[in-house]
Amino acid sequence: MLQLVIRRLLGAMLILLGVAAITFLLLFMLPADPAVQLAGRSATAQTVANIRHELGLDRPLIYQFLSYLGHLATGDLGRSYTQKTGVTTLIMARLPATLVLMAAGIVIEVTLGLVLGIVAAINRGGMIDRGVMMLSFVGVSAPQFVVALFLLYVFAATLGWFPMSGFGSLGHVVLPATTLGVLGAGWYARMVRSAMIDVLNQDYVRTARAKGVSEVRVILRHAVPNALLPIIAMIGIDIGQFMSGVVVVEAVYGWPGIGQLAWQAIQQVDIPIIMGVTLISALAIVAGNLVADLAAPFIDPRIRAR
Amino acid sequence: MTPATPVLSVRDLTVDALTPDGARRILDGVSFDVMAGETLCLAGESGSGKSVTSLAIMRLLPRASLRIVSGDILLGGRSLTALSEREMRQVRGGEAAMIFQEPMTSLNPVITIGDQLIEAIRTHQQSDERAARARALAMLDAVRITDPARRLAQYPHEISGGMRQRVMIGMALSCQPGVLIADEPTTALDVTVQAQILTLMRELKAEFGTAILLITHDMGVVAEMADRVAVMQAGRVVEVGPVTEIFERPEAPYTRELIAAVPLLGAHAGTDGPPRVTAPAMARDEVAVAAAPPVLVAEGLRVAYGARAGWFGGARAGTPVVHGISFSVPAGQTLGLVGESGSGKSTTGKAVLGLVPFSGSVTIDGQPLTDRGVRAMRPVRRLAQMIFQDPYASLDPRMTVGAAVAEPMLIHGLGTAGDRLDRVADLLRRVGLTPEAASRYPHEFSGGQRQRICIARALALKPKLIVADESVAALDVSVRAKVLDLMLELQETEGLAYLFISHDMAVIERMCHQVAVMRGGHIVEAGSRRAVFESPQHQDTRDLIAAVPLARPVRRG
Repeated sequence: MLQLVIRRLLGAMLILLGVAAITFLLLFMLPADPAVQLAGRSATAQTVANIRHELGLDRPLIYQFLSYLGHLATGDLGRSYTQKTGVTTLIMARLPATLVLMAAGIVIEVTLGLVLGIVAAINRGGMIDRGVMMLSFVGVSAPQFVVALFLLYVFAATLGWFPMSGFGSLGHVVLPATTLGVLGAGWYARMVRSAMIDVLNQDYVRTARAKGVSEVRVILRHAVPNALLPIIAMIGIDIGQFMSGVVVVEAVYGWPGIGQLAWQAIQQVDIPIIMGVTLISALAIVAGNLVADLAAPFIDPRIRAR
Repeated sequence: MTPATPVLSVRDLTVDALTPDGARRILDGVSFDVMAGETLCLAGESGSGKSVTSLAIMRLLPRASLRIVSGDILLGGRSLTALSEREMRQVRGGEAAMIFQEPMTSLNPVITIGDQLIEAIRTHQQSDERAARARALAMLDAVRITDPARRLAQYPHEISGGMRQRVMIGMALSCQPGVLIADEPTTALDVTVQAQILTLMRELKAEFGTAILLITHDMGVVAEMADRVAVMQAGRVVEVGPVTEIFERPEAPYTRELIAAVPLLGAHAGTDGPPRVTAPAMARDEVAVAAAPPVLVAEGLRVAYGARAGWFGGARAGTPVVHGISFSVPAGQTLGLVGESGSGKSTTGKAVLGLVPFSGSVTIDGQPLTDRGVRAMRPVRRLAQMIFQDPYASLDPRMTVGAAVAEPMLIHGLGTAGDRLDRVADLLRRVGLTPEAASRYPHEFSGGQRQRICIARALALKPKLIVADESVAALDVSVRAKVLDLMLELQETEGLAYLFISHDMAVIERMCHQVAVMRGGHIVEAGSRRAVFESPQHQDTRDLIAAVPLARPVRRG
């Protein structure tokens, strides 16, 4: 177990290094020049050159990259071009809001996916099954901004149950988290359904029925834990999907998290912030996978033995 | 003495399968009685409706595909077909319990053995956790499991297949049912383990006074276990009677076929080679055969699994599975490799074809088999082919039979497309199929036919050696006999040598010239068939021979 954690942490460092290098290269290949952006429309060439020098953008790319890595090693993500503040400080201030949103999104996604998937599998081939599958298809294929607008229209504008946007109360979380969770819930419903159908055909389920165990208990005690095994690993991988969703959802709902920070930074070509958010996202994905791997042995005794 | 009363009585049971093309009759008026304390064997081949009968009794038929049309099932005089689902749950596991063929998959992998036993007990008995745990412990003890207290906390994957079947039996008997339904309980087990489980079931029947409905396709098991036998064919009971009657004076032709198909251990005593299946004119000189040059020579063969070069932790040596064994197979003859699961016999078979990394030397027809990459190995690979255990899994379902048989020739770039078509037709004829089979898909064929297709595929490259790994173990007894005959015939006509891997001494006796007995990765005994069977030196060899069920009823205590 400890060995796994150490190996994964070493691996995570390599991944972060790779992500940093690729993002760095991509951003510098952009046709947009942050110095021009900062200087404004009417600036002279001299002003632009001054700004470029000030930001260190006139030095060789490899020098810039190594200096970035040097700072990164001490936890310093550099300074924002536009906000003149440390990127680490900016991200730390925004991170809690994003974490709340993601946690709520995951809870909604997994709960909805599990319940729908299990119900569909039990009623395989019936009306309920077909209904759930259709619903999940809509969930999977609807673009997130459409879902967001739909939820806003129905539950905020028309019914007035939840606030339109903002941050602060429990009510504020519901719509953004649901928007974030719907896509995943569709996937999970489908995966849980097929995993459950598979498990319900297993010999040990027949054994349980032959023991005289009630059908509810057969499903909850014998089938569901086995069907969950492949799903757990998916949740870890899913964090990546979530991060891209977070940018859209935070923008639509005015949620003050790192997604919105990234959104603004992209418009202003504020490279340090984009880099910082990208690295934090990569870290979240690695952490998600690690947690999924560490959780697996607690659910599956066969992995524990190894 | 009052006449015995039936505990379980099946009356005119008729079951239909619901298919897209309408209903198809699976069981047609099946009737039989199981008397208190007796063992009734339901015998017949796969597809005869034995398992459907057992599931129908428990009312566990899959609702979407199988339906009881008419007939009745009486358990202790009470009709089961009239019960509500809630009442039926009390019957299941309480008054009638069931065990299944696959002990490896019949227990829930994520629940401890103790909890699975306790669940069965508490479903039917009003007892608290502590009393149920004590009962579970007593049941593990009753099914002769060593160290039962430790087993309670273990998960199914931590114990062997034989022990899992013991747990299943313990679980089934924990609520003292009147009837135990056992559906092929030993088919998936090694012969020696099968013998232990059968003995256990006989002892427990006496201890618990439970009647047993034993479902099996193996007449050897029937002879050993049954008080009475019901023979099933195509959804009907064709013959019922006491076991001695059935074996000594079988009436239905089908019963006679079933009995004849069981290979009798000792049937070939006093001869050195397998029986001739072709015309005697083709018989070769025995001495010349014995002096034939070896087509396969293995020296100091070692295999370890899990060996690898590590990244951070350093290289791992792996678990040794085969510990430096040496043997040879003479051209045109058969070496039988026999042993229990885990003895390393399958690994040996894979190693001599270069399918797993090994150390030591393997020579096929004078050419060394080394780890020189796929391309360099190809000419040697041509000389040796393999037939696997499971004919269902070893053919690609999306490939026509013709394409599957032609594929080896395609890989080795032999002949034109036309040549290959001709050769495929010829091969199919030679294994007893029609050339028209080439354009059909594997799912249209039975298990035995599929194994014939696999044999045709193995013959496509005109190999000198065929490694047959448990090639008939998955087949029904009567089909098994026919496939073995085909393999013997091909040995004579094609001059094939076989490395024949099996756990079944009766099959080994029928097929082999030489026998090597393996245990724990070592060869513990080797020699001519006559020597090994007639004067076995090693205890393992004697155990394997003793474990083969005799296909005639014997007086039992």
